[in-house]
Amino acid sequence: MALKCGVSFMRLAQLHKTIRCLSTRTRPETINNGGSHAAFPGVKAPYTTEIKFLNEHSYEPIPIYRVLDNNGEVIDSREEPDIDNDTLLNMYRTMIQLNQMDKILYESQRQGRISFYMTNYGEEGIHVGSAAALSPSDLVFAQYREAGVLLYRGLTVTELVNQCYGNHEDPAKGRQMPVHYGSKQRNIVTISSPLATQMPQAVGAAYAFRRAGSGRVVTCFFGEGAASEGDAHAAFNFAATLNCPIILMCRNNGYAISTPTSEQYRGDGVAARGPAAGLHTVRVDGTDALAVYNAVKKARQLAVCNTPVLLEAMSYRVGHHSTSDDSSAYRSTDEIQKWTQEESPARKMRLYLERKGLWSEKQEAEQVREGREVVIRAMQRAEKEKKPNWREMLHDVYYDMPPILLKQMKQMESHLEKYKEHYPLEQYQDEENTA
Amino acid sequence: MSLLAKKLFSFGGAIKNVNKNSIRLSSHFIFHPDNEKPIEGETKKMNMMQAINDAMDITLKNDPTAVLFGEDVGFGGVFRCALGLQEKYGKDRVFNTPLCEQGIAGFGIGLATAGATAIAEIQFADYIFPAFDQLVNEAAKARYRSGGQFDCGALTVRAPCGAVGHGGLYHSQSPEAFFAHAAGLKVIVPRGPITAKGLLLSCIQERDPCIFLEPKILYRSANEEVPIDSYTLPIGKAQVLREGNQVTLIAWGTQVHVLLEVAQIAKDQFGVSCEVIDLMSIQPWDEETVCNSVKKTGRCLIAHEAPLTCGFGAELAATIQEECFLHLEAPISRVTGWDAPFPHVFEPFYLPDRWRCLEAIKNLVQY
Ligand SMILES: Cc1ncc(C[n+]2csc(CCOP(=O)(O)OP(=O)(O)O)c2C)c(N)n1
Ligand SMILES: [Mg+2]
Repeated sequence: MALKCGVSFMRLAQLHKTIRCLSTRTRPETINNGGSHAAFPGVKAPYTTEIKFLNEHSYEPIPIYRVLDNNGEVIDSREEPDIDNDTLLNMYRTMIQLNQMDKILYESQRQGRISFYMTNYGEEGIHVGSAAALSPSDLVFAQYREAGVLLYRGLTVTELVNQCYGNHEDPAKGRQMPVHYGSKQRNIVTISSPLATQMPQAVGAAYAFRRAGSGRVVTCFFGEGAASEGDAHAAFNFAATLNCPIILMCRNNGYAISTPTSEQYRGDGVAARGPAAGLHTVRVDGTDALAVYNAVKKARQLAVCNTPVLLEAMSYRVGHHSTSDDSSAYRSTDEIQKWTQEESPARKMRLYLERKGLWSEKQEAEQVREGREVVIRAMQRAEKEKKPNWREMLHDVYYDMPPILLKQMKQMESHLEKYKEHYPLEQYQDEENTA
Repeated sequence: MSLLAKKLFSFGGAIKNVNKNSIRLSSHFIFHPDNEKPIEGETKKMNMMQAINDAMDITLKNDPTAVLFGEDVGFGGVFRCALGLQEKYGKDRVFNTPLCEQGIAGFGIGLATAGATAIAEIQFADYIFPAFDQLVNEAAKARYRSGGQFDCGALTVRAPCGAVGHGGLYHSQSPEAFFAHAAGLKVIVPRGPITAKGLLLSCIQERDPCIFLEPKILYRSANEEVPIDSYTLPIGKAQVLREGNQVTLIAWGTQVHVLLEVAQIAKDQFGVSCEVIDLMSIQPWDEETVCNSVKKTGRCLIAHEAPLTCGFGAELAATIQEECFLHLEAPISRVTGWDAPFPHVFEPFYLPDRWRCLEAIKNLVQY
């Protein structure tokens, strides 16, 4: 551990180069009482005799770290990550699989097969870049638009599709809406709809890891919209003051449903809040999987030594917010184009792999076809499976079912006995899963 | 959520090959439109979303201090209740806020404290809990703690609530009882377009902060002939929607329609005569109307979507037994959501549906 930290301390200096330094050029001149700072416990700062307000223009905007240009070419060869070919291919295949899954499940919602869906288009680079840089034992708290992280971690399309169908194979027993995945085995905490609630929770988990000396890190994904919640502020502040091994990963995709970032916040985005809260902070091009990989890799080296990190990954939400949304009500289709073409994360990654001789048009076609088939097969199976037994509705509320729930279960049992023809019992399993 | 919005946005022709097994059960009730008009004059066919829009339009037109805000309200809100109002009244009166419910509630309290009329939208009632502190500790107590010097009666918080067929844990809840427990707040639930317009206008004009819970499944599925003029419906008054003399059925919101249907089934199948009351106002609630009815019928069923334990039905039952004890022919019955979170695929088993209510009526009569 000590050695690891020594190594990353050197990298920290390197990191400082990529983090923009807060410029002090606009600060007023200082009066130092005998060279020392004022004695207030609240801040370490010098005195001044000049009133000068700082504003969002007092600092340079935090730059966006990137490795690849729009043609998938490495801009500065020193920044090309050292990733083995299998991993690179795995990253790209995951992007394709994710795209195919999104396409088919979105359409299946339109056909009334599932009740709801959310696509990940435009953010694939954030998913695979971060997932590849983390250790599989690191705990992930997600928001809902991170399905690529789950796929990369080895959750199968079948598992995700079963959750969307809410059949008896869904580990959450059909209780949650689609896309609320979770997997204890893959260290992904089950997703919850209320926004930003996962953020202070993730920090708490990180603190537990720190105390346990586990060497594990927590990564928490959240949208730039969710970052406006009170819980986000709490998470930043707790992470910093309690020195937690956490990576706070903001996916800034430009929108929170219809609300553009211009109405979500002022100032230099979410990243600017990092240094203010005492967090190591980097802004990265989220359409560049390799840039995300490098940034998360370094962030992890810091976090594992109990230096919490805030990352802001810039991207664009290419799809509608969800199947309940029609984004043409609040943005032009022209605006979207750029992000499906020259700024497409999958395209950049593909061009990079082609340049390295790792990928071809033929492989692309094959992978797309296979990705599609995997999803369709999973759907066909999921559709045949029944939903869990209705009694699952009352399990897991408490560890042991209290008397009042036992009573309610009995009431429903005798009710269904009398009125069975009015309930869609044939769609549900007869018996409870004993497994 | 998706059903309602989907209807609006449905991509024509995209729906095909619907697998029979996977057709979603979307509606557990039949909407019973109001026949009586609250005021004379011209009416227009409106769904509940349009009636709410109309009430806010009237307010913005007549009250220059009024503002309307919340997440995604600028383009009309995710349920489109504010549709067209930003175009009509400008961005400084109808606007998006950052994504923060505690901020929305606190901001609204501040507006009201400073003399403005505040209509705050919380995107889903399930997401009102980050604002719980602002509403329960601040809005509810502002007048009391200042000895009447300050209040935020000009605040109305609107939030879509209730079951929609596939909302799961966090797009289905009915949190009325939480707020009814906080002295100082008024809690109102409409059952359709006519009541929504009249009650919302009352809430906005009310001298106390109001939580206005809109059963979201009614936004588009409920259509009525709504007066185009401004009108209010009294807060604290229930309505008897069907007269009867054997069982009193009490509900609010969507559940009123379940009970209206059940009352008819009870009549047709067993010749049982039910009186149906829409409470409309949860806090304050109309003890007089309710107790007079129960004294007449001697039997009472209360039904709500929220869970049984500490649901508002518990409060009603306690008061009814106190006031009507010697008139009761049977113990008061409650049919409610179970004491579990609201589940996605088990919704047909979770709701206090017509069959569970019907069975309860049978038991009341046979007691
Ligand atoms: C507490 C809470 N408030 C409101 C919502 C409704 N809601 C769901 S997603 C969303 C927008 C989130 O935007 P962002 O965090 O930027 O994530 P993105 O959808 O862009 O990935 C909103 C308002 C919610 N789920 N939880
Ligand atoms: Mg966003």
